[in-house]
Amino acid sequence: MELKKIKDYIWEIPKSGEMKVPAVIYASSKLLESVKHDQTLQQLRNVACLPGIQKTAYVMPDAHQGYGFPIGGVAAFDLDQGIISPGGVGYDINCGVRLLKTEYLEKDVQQKRKQLLAEIFREVPAGVGKGGITKLSRNVLLEICVKGAEWAVENGYGTREDLQRTEENGRMKGADPSRLSSRALERGLPQLGTLGSGNHFLEIQKVVEIFDKDVARAFGIHTLGQILVMIHCGSRGLGHQVASDYIQLMENKLGTRGLPDRELINAPVRSPLGQEYYKSMSAAVNFAFANRQMIAHWVREVFEKVMGSSKGMDQVYDVCHNVAKIEKHKIDGGLKEVCLHRKGATRSFGPGRMEIPEVYRNVGQPVIIPGSMGTASYILVGTKEAEELSFASTAHGAGRVMSRHEALRRFRGEKIRDELASRGIELQSTSWKGVAEEAAEAYKNVDEVVEVSHKVGIGKLVAKVVPLGVMKG
Amino acid sequence: MERYKYLEHTSDAKFQAFGLTLEEAFSNAALAVASLMWNWENIERKIEHQLKVRGKDLEQLLVNFLEEIIYQYETKKFLLGSVEELIIEKAGKGYQLKAIFKGDRHSEKYKIHGDVKAITYNEMEINSRERFVVQVVVDI
Repeated sequence: MELKKIKDYIWEIPKSGEMKVPAVIYASSKLLESVKHDQTLQQLRNVACLPGIQKTAYVMPDAHQGYGFPIGGVAAFDLDQGIISPGGVGYDINCGVRLLKTEYLEKDVQQKRKQLLAEIFREVPAGVGKGGITKLSRNVLLEICVKGAEWAVENGYGTREDLQRTEENGRMKGADPSRLSSRALERGLPQLGTLGSGNHFLEIQKVVEIFDKDVARAFGIHTLGQILVMIHCGSRGLGHQVASDYIQLMENKLGTRGLPDRELINAPVRSPLGQEYYKSMSAAVNFAFANRQMIAHWVREVFEKVMGSSKGMDQVYDVCHNVAKIEKHKIDGGLKEVCLHRKGATRSFGPGRMEIPEVYRNVGQPVIIPGSMGTASYILVGTKEAEELSFASTAHGAGRVMSRHEALRRFRGEKIRDELASRGIELQSTSWKGVAEEAAEAYKNVDEVVEVSHKVGIGKLVAKVVPLGVMKG
Repeated sequence: MERYKYLEHTSDAKFQAFGLTLEEAFSNAALAVASLMWNWENIERKIEHQLKVRGKDLEQLLVNFLEEIIYQYETKKFLLGSVEELIIEKAGKGYQLKAIFKGDRHSEKYKIHGDVKAITYNEMEINSRERFVVQVVVDI
């Protein structure tokens, strides 16, 4: 496959064969090497062949192989000629990250770190085998799928300000849960308010570096050593089931012939099935917003109990990683509404965009990029350039480079815990196997991922944080 | 004969399951999925679930069959210990699978070590040469 260097960190697969548009990869030479080892580039090329794709198919610096679409993939489709694809969103619909700030400093929590983490581990139902809030009725679940985080706030979990500082204000307007299968609802019922396992986590972090003082201040981040809390989770079984259901519905209705990969199944955006998927996906997005809203509330309760107060624990922002949205972007010199897929990518709107909260409209939206377990995470800010370069998108994390299987062979969960402890990082997990699978060495270097984002200009560095306590599902 | 083996996959779990018959390969694929979440050999066979799934082709049948394990676990806390009497038949334009899941309800005595989000079609293969081989990637 031809791969052309455009300039530092920007590579292009020129349009050829069935491709309707070129494809662009944002990566350092080193990140590009790891991407070449799996099917990322082939998958990206496949995306560039889909009907109605606009301008360019992109992958972000943390890209790796996915199903159908690569992880880190960003693609926009014409609303009349284009498609919507469950594989372009992923199974974990609205997997995302929420960041809370605190007014505590490292020295304030040093003695209570263990207790904070232990209490959070008790209050927030972890990953595997544990249910969320009990006795949720089906009707309430349907309401949650319509209202998202708004439902949670109405029911005492958090504040109105949290909603303003959540992508879509915590509620996708087009959601319609009436087409969710009973299986999707059944899987959602016991899982609301749970973190889930895999790469999902909750961290107590401290700020170790501030790159842009003014923007950081606008985000409420002002002092080295300041304590933050990061929550990474998604729509749980409900979202997974929506993806599986619509892959099958689309297959049965439209067939799989001519698709290079069955997971690329799609439907025209405006077709009844395309619309049904969009409305059901939006319902799952809302479930995930409510999920993170509740978890954030419990984290504040733990701080109140252990530290005496949760004053100043404002939400910085909450971003989606896996989603399809109708957004306006500059295409062929004009503004055009498209169906934008981000699969393992973060929206990165720059200053002025109406979609971002008023408090951030002068600086751009916060972009939250979690690292791998026990390593740094970053806060970036969206840019005007991103709107030109990547349909306002940037990376979403470190991105795996090693299989879970290989990680299990090489690492032991208990050993990782001891190693983290020696660096002053507490770890709580339901599964040592899960800890070994998520070893930092199994991921790309997040420092390098955010450096590419910064240098290309699709998300600029604001602050770096490192964990003091990690809860893994 | 080995029932299944895991293969390298960057982000998720990929396995091949084997059988002298297609039915045996499907049964072993179910155990491969279960073993990503719990140790199926330790699960008491106290509860039975009669299972019937359909698929328009063998790949879809396999996805629907394996999804059943996730569904039973997430909604009924059912931990699969064995698959018995698995039959695959032609039905209409597609296929039908019947089987009995045996296992137990999740409790303190069992350890869960992971979640499976979904069964995917990615790199899925269903082959028969000297033996039947099914290859599956699951999202975890």
